[in-house]
Amino acid sequence: MTRRTTAGVAMAMLILLIAADLTASPPNPYRQPAIVALGSGAASAGGFCGALPE
Amino acid sequence: MTHSIAGRSTLVAGALVLILSVAIFAGVRFGLLLMIGLGFGLVLEGLRFGFAGPWRAMIVRRDPSGMLAQLMAIGIVATVALPLIDASGGELVGAEAPVGWAMIGGAFVFGMAMQVVLGCGSGTLVNAGSGNPIGLLALPFFAIGSFAGAYHLIDWTELGALPIIRFTGWSGVAITLTALLGVAVFFLRQAAPEHRSIPRRYLIAAVLIAVLAIANLIVVGQPWGVVYGLGLWVAKGATASGMDLSGSAFWAASGSVERVQSSLLTDYTSLTNIGIMAGAFLVASWRSGGLSQGMPTLPMRAWLATIVAGFLLGYSSRLAFGCNVGAFFSGVSTGSLHGWVWFVAAFIGSIQGVKLRPLLGLEARS
Repeated sequence: MTRRTTAGVAMAMLILLIAADLTASPPNPYRQPAIVALGSGAASAGGFCGALPE
Repeated sequence: MTHSIAGRSTLVAGALVLILSVAIFAGVRFGLLLMIGLGFGLVLEGLRFGFAGPWRAMIVRRDPSGMLAQLMAIGIVATVALPLIDASGGELVGAEAPVGWAMIGGAFVFGMAMQVVLGCGSGTLVNAGSGNPIGLLALPFFAIGSFAGAYHLIDWTELGALPIIRFTGWSGVAITLTALLGVAVFFLRQAAPEHRSIPRRYLIAAVLIAVLAIANLIVVGQPWGVVYGLGLWVAKGATASGMDLSGSAFWAASGSVERVQSSLLTDYTSLTNIGIMAGAFLVASWRSGGLSQGMPTLPMRAWLATIVAGFLLGYSSRLAFGCNVGAFFSGVSTGSLHGWVWFVAAFIGSIQGVKLRPLLGLEARS
């Protein structure tokens, strides 16, 4: 067995994760934020490793 | 064969289709961020740049070249990010977190575990994407650990923490650059005489990583991070399987609930994580012989240690408010004191991790 197999498994896991999520929580392109945060006038609101819960 | 022109064209076309699909079906900002994530993966794997390896090189061989490149990248980001954040009126935020007992302990454990598996947050993603079996095994346990760490995060922070201390604006740039220079001089003085320069590929990688990190901040309004996204993946799976997360102050908070219910393709750290893995896969597939390497022959205790270390990486990085990327790289470059404290605690942990690695069967004993 080579890394071709393990890299393939990694990509398969990633595709499976995205596919399962698309089924459960499909994105809505009509509710997208401004293309770039800088200059958007909107406060930053993403999840982050350092942030405590709101 | 991915090394033929057709194979390589397929790889590039696949990446472009992925970015365009996300931009069309989720939003242009998210497509842009996925592109930035792919850039991180391409640079980290393509130029063999990372965090765990250079720290090990300093500890084992007194070779600070990779660490100096990291400090350089952080300095470039700080020079741009701190004034931008200061003037943005809340559109951009830094990686701000309090220094506390759990944070320090978490950083120490993270440093130790990352030397056991030789991969930090971004490193584990790169390793998994490029087919490294240790990275591939550690990754799901890293994600589970990140979910569990976040689940208990509030209990741990009650052990005691200072208020958030930040260095802001141009004075923040001056303080951060002076401190980075001080650390660089310290490591150079410790360096073996033959290791007192930075290889060209590290310099290129440092500049590219800095540019991508600044782009990350400008596009989404927050710095580059890794571990939040991994925990979110497990939280989504747990919720889908009927697990009740209302017992966790973290996962029951309104912001967390909203993110668990939203698409992964709209979560910032998830998108860069996906990009890093895909970018690393792209490079490994493109590179001649990149995926033909065989599997290592390791004792059972090494695989068990990988599982435990993977879990600890995830759990400890949530208590530490981030990994090398979210706490050290992004924390220091956006002026948070916790980034510096994280660095010291994780480096001390790394020294212990380097000693543990051979005992756990992950390399030949010296």
